[in-house]
Amino acid sequence: MTAFGVVAPIVVIAALGLLFARKAVHAALSLAVVMIGLAVLYAANGAPFLFAVQIIVYTGAIMMLFLFVVMLVGVESGPEAVTEPLPGQRVAAALVGLGFGAMLVVGVGQVVANGFAVPVAAVEDDNVEGLAALMFGPYVLAFQFTAALLVTAVLGAMVLAHQERLTPQLSQAEHAAQRIRDFGTDGKHPGNAPTPGVYARHNAVDAPALLPDGTPLESSVPGALVRRGQVIRPPVTGPGLGGEPSSDVAPRTDDETDGEDRS
Amino acid sequence: MSDLLSLSMILFSIGAVGVLVRRNALIVFMCVELMLNGTNLAFVAFAREHGNLDGQLAAFLVMVVAAAEVVVGLAIIIAIHRSRGSISVDEVRQVRG
Repeated sequence: MTAFGVVAPIVVIAALGLLFARKAVHAALSLAVVMIGLAVLYAANGAPFLFAVQIIVYTGAIMMLFLFVVMLVGVESGPEAVTEPLPGQRVAAALVGLGFGAMLVVGVGQVVANGFAVPVAAVEDDNVEGLAALMFGPYVLAFQFTAALLVTAVLGAMVLAHQERLTPQLSQAEHAAQRIRDFGTDGKHPGNAPTPGVYARHNAVDAPALLPDGTPLESSVPGALVRRGQVIRPPVTGPGLGGEPSSDVAPRTDDETDGEDRS
Repeated sequence: MSDLLSLSMILFSIGAVGVLVRRNALIVFMCVELMLNGTNLAFVAFAREHGNLDGQLAAFLVMVVAAAEVVVGLAIIIAIHRSRGSISVDEVRQVRG
């Protein structure tokens, strides 16, 4: 049971990380640790086939799927809300969980505390052949039901993830007409957005362009950088400081910047 | 035997608490996976206890069902995120789309 003594604390700590992780990515990684630890336990307890399947299916496929979905939706969801809709629900849930776990551990541990009646070799020898004989013998009906389940799951995922287009797709000419219409009604500039500013010491898109009065122009940097707060502040934000690095940015208006973009 | 079962029960309980406590639907889903893994460990422990492979086959079938469930569940989470812009379980109070 040395493998158990090494792996079990790691597994329990990683499972607790699932409870306390603030970001979904960290929870997914700790769940991957739990699954690899369980795979080691399977290998140590006479289940080499399940060891391989656990690594391939759970750690390889399911966790990858989770990480893909975290990449799609979870990152921008941010940390969870601090306010609780149900007051005291977390404490109550923790108490119930503790009682539930204690009841299971004590109850099941007392019922079967005899130790292993048979050695590991009884289930480890011819593991794959034995599983195949069971799967295609007495359990062949369950096996066929899993086939139907997998087909249903594939169809369900396709139906759920399919996105029906609710509005007709606009053509390029319609986009252009809409831009001119916006210019007529709201005064929104129909051309390109202004380009980022380039300073003497900084040459990247996270540096905003400067308006004639020296204030940075927020619309000149990508919106994602603005929302993440990764926009470089210009070294000098006021006019009249000659000789500083910002002085080589010629003062020009927003409209002139647009004009140069289109040329 | 009993320590393997105890570990499996501890994992199941942690998963259950996570389902109750966490707000992010993705993490709730991961906690369900943790509960399934805990039961798999119990299956393997009982298979070793009895010296036959029926428990291991049951664990294998649980893995297949979990894979199918993850595919459908993550598709549902993506659909909810697409229609509501949030995957917090507090903000999804009605099943109606």
